[in-house]
Amino acid sequence: MNTLTETIRLVPMNHYILLCTALFCIGVLGVLTRRNAIVLFMSIELMLNAVNLLLASFSVFRNDASGQVFVFFIMAVAAAEVAVGLAIIVMIYRNAKTIDVDLMNKLKW
Amino acid sequence: MIQYLFYFLSFIVLASAAMVVIAKNPVHSVLYLVLTLFGVACHYILLNAQFLFAVQVIVYAGAIMVLFLFVIMLLNLNDASETVKSPYGKLISIIAFGLLLITLVGALRSTAESPVMELNDTSIGLVKNLGIVLFRDFLLPFEMSSILLLSAMVGAVLLAKKEKAKA
Repeated sequence: MNTLTETIRLVPMNHYILLCTALFCIGVLGVLTRRNAIVLFMSIELMLNAVNLLLASFSVFRNDASGQVFVFFIMAVAAAEVAVGLAIIVMIYRNAKTIDVDLMNKLKW
Repeated sequence: MIQYLFYFLSFIVLASAAMVVIAKNPVHSVLYLVLTLFGVACHYILLNAQFLFAVQVIVYAGAIMVLFLFVIMLLNLNDASETVKSPYGKLISIIAFGLLLITLVGALRSTAESPVMELNDTSIGLVKNLGIVLFRDFLLPFEMSSILLLSAMVGAVLLAKKEKAKA
């Protein structure tokens, strides 16, 4: 375990920030390009994970455990969000027989 | 030498995240998402955040992925169910993505080279330390999150329930 945790002494903080930025941008790309509501949700999970990883790495960088506690709360909120969101998707599929977000335009005026 | 583990893991995370977005079949997307989440979990181990590693594997790779797979199976989706978006809109979204990436990376690269990560206090991510912080400083938010999860569960059951035919 010691040799494993020694490794991050060799990784600059910048690289964590760049990794999380790239991961977040991939999530944004998924939300912009895909039309399948479930894949949209997965892209949102990607963005949440990017933020979680950044919070955890800053928490280690600053020697402050609050960041990791915050990641824990974000995970709880993400779980609640996915449960409700997927229930809504199932309900929409039951009514509209599709989960294509382009076809869900009933609320458009 | 061993710091290449970080770059290897980062490559896996980014590649499988890209595959989540690219894959046509939603089931493949879910499986790539599992790979991404495990990669992030391994990053937590590198940061010696063992509690977060356990929670990530249990909550994300376990519970949330099962939920996704169940919904996909329930809806019986196949790749033909996704209508093809016009290439015009797709081009615009890819340009927007590229601009966002270039702006963020460019802004972050211009900052001075940051110091390396140091684990001064290796006990920071252990279950014992986080438990003490969680139950001493964050007790109220912790209880609130349990209420949030309960209400989300009730809401999900209520939404997924079949509506009774009105008499």
